[in-house]
Amino acid sequence: MKNASITPVSERRLKNNTSLGQTFRNSLTMAYRGLLKIRRTPEQLFDVTLQPIIFTLMFTYIFGGAISGDVQSYLPVIIPGILVQTVITTSIVTGVQLREDMDKGVFDRFKSLPIARIAPLAGALLADTIRYTIATVLTFSMGYIMGYRPDGGLGNVILAALLVIVCSWAISWIFAFFGVIARTASSVQGISMLVLFPLTFLSNAFVPVKTMPSWLRWFADINPVSHLITAVRHLTNSGSFGWDFALTLIGAAVIVIVFAPLTVRAYMRRT
Amino acid sequence: MNVNKNMRDNSEWAVEAQGLVKKFGSNYAVDGVNLNVRPGAIYGVLGPNGAGKTTTIKMLATLLRPDAGSAKIFGYDVVKEPQIVRQLIGVTGQYASVDESLTATENLVIFSRLLGLGRAEAKHKSAELLEEFGLTEAAKRPLKNFSGGMRRRLDLAASLIAQPPLIFLDEPTTGLDPRTRNQMWDTIRRLVKTGSTVLLTTQYLQEADELADRIAVIDRGRVVAEGTADELKASIGRSSLQLRIQESQDTELARRTVEQVLRVHSAVSPEGAKITAPMADADKVTDLLIALREAGIKLAEMSVQKPTLDEVFLTITGHGVKEDASEETDARKKMNEEVK
Repeated sequence: MKNASITPVSERRLKNNTSLGQTFRNSLTMAYRGLLKIRRTPEQLFDVTLQPIIFTLMFTYIFGGAISGDVQSYLPVIIPGILVQTVITTSIVTGVQLREDMDKGVFDRFKSLPIARIAPLAGALLADTIRYTIATVLTFSMGYIMGYRPDGGLGNVILAALLVIVCSWAISWIFAFFGVIARTASSVQGISMLVLFPLTFLSNAFVPVKTMPSWLRWFADINPVSHLITAVRHLTNSGSFGWDFALTLIGAAVIVIVFAPLTVRAYMRRT
Repeated sequence: MNVNKNMRDNSEWAVEAQGLVKKFGSNYAVDGVNLNVRPGAIYGVLGPNGAGKTTTIKMLATLLRPDAGSAKIFGYDVVKEPQIVRQLIGVTGQYASVDESLTATENLVIFSRLLGLGRAEAKHKSAELLEEFGLTEAAKRPLKNFSGGMRRRLDLAASLIAQPPLIFLDEPTTGLDPRTRNQMWDTIRRLVKTGSTVLLTTQYLQEADELADRIAVIDRGRVVAEGTADELKASIGRSSLQLRIQESQDTELARRTVEQVLRVHSAVSPEGAKITAPMADADKVTDLLIALREAGIKLAEMSVQKPTLDEVFLTITGHGVKEDASEETDARKKMNEEVK
């Protein structure tokens, strides 16, 4: 810097668009930033470590006897349910943290850099898949300790885990959108919980839907969360891919296609 | 190519803003700002809090979209070609735009990687910048433990990674102690020597005076005066004399003495103990002191100060807006003629 002089503007190669490759690289760098932040503040991981352990223990022993007769035969039902519920709930934190992060000055710098506009958002969301992975691994581990032996085999369990992580990543775009448009981090938490609580509980996560009154059953049947849980149950318990698997992936894709551009646009408009 | 031709036509100016307007609700934060900055210069935008300095910079740096008017950076439009503009600028905000939870090195490496440097290159560049800004020892510490001055330096270092030809500094020394402030000034001067253009905002006339080749005074979203530091100061008197007297019943007498000797109007502070008068000729102070002694007035304190921003403001806005506006357009006409 001391002796180097600045390249004159006329000798610079300048272009006004961002290539796909650059978008990808920028997003990965931003994801790296997200990972560094997680490493610097490990207390952020309390929710994804404690929640799977406590919820799995709690729900299995509370509902096990009542719903499936005993805990052992309830495990194949409850573990996929708890898994989906826990990991999706975790994705709310993504929106909350994005809101907190965006209030800091560093986002002004990101905006002034010649990088892909989506990168700061995509990077943050990508880094959070590490949180979903932790929650997923812990839930399956808790299940294993309690005696859960999925018939689908390890390969299909891993596939089911990936499905849950991908879907949570897709859903986190919704919460990222709330994060970008909301005024405060706590309001993001509030709105997101309000949306997510009915979605996760009014599903087939904890109880068979046939015990529900017909109007509730109708909702539980069309609830996308139910389809994800069913897809995970089929994979882990019988190793089969059903209509639910395809439907879930299509749903995840639709969420990203709708909410990613919406979020980026809202982010650009925000000062 | 079209782009190149476009650039050659307009590269006369590093910054060329015309009639920039930004409204927040019904409040005009920026209300028709014109700025022309020559490449290789330090240009100061001087004004009090809330005058619209930060908003202006944000529009020029593509962070905010202007509601009206246009701005070009080296001939590239900030609205139509924002991604090109971003390749030509570095922005250092009023509040350090660096990541609190990361270390200095991590911050610089991430910004370098985002700017397209390879892994090794990014590390090398970061180390080089930290060295230059005297932050090597603190490189591995999280920024939470950094002092305000260190943070500003890191912030500026981050703006220089890509060696941009234009650097925006939004109040680079606000809140810094005098020593760190002087270091920052040296850094800014060095930057310009390497060929950069610097546009800085400040609340302090002294800072603009020390650094800037040209100054725009901005108030309530408008440029109310523009020129070199000398031109601006000449319009408001070189310095002002401040007297504090021991016995307040002598105030009237002291004031008359001041006005007789200096032949100017003076002002008395509301408490009645302080007299302020503009001073064109420092030599007259000797006469004044002798006159005060002869009148038997005892002084508690006497000082000669450079005009403060307050005084610049009072004088400039006191003239009436019309006069300033015509002066400004004259200056602009002259500049445009120079260009032609």
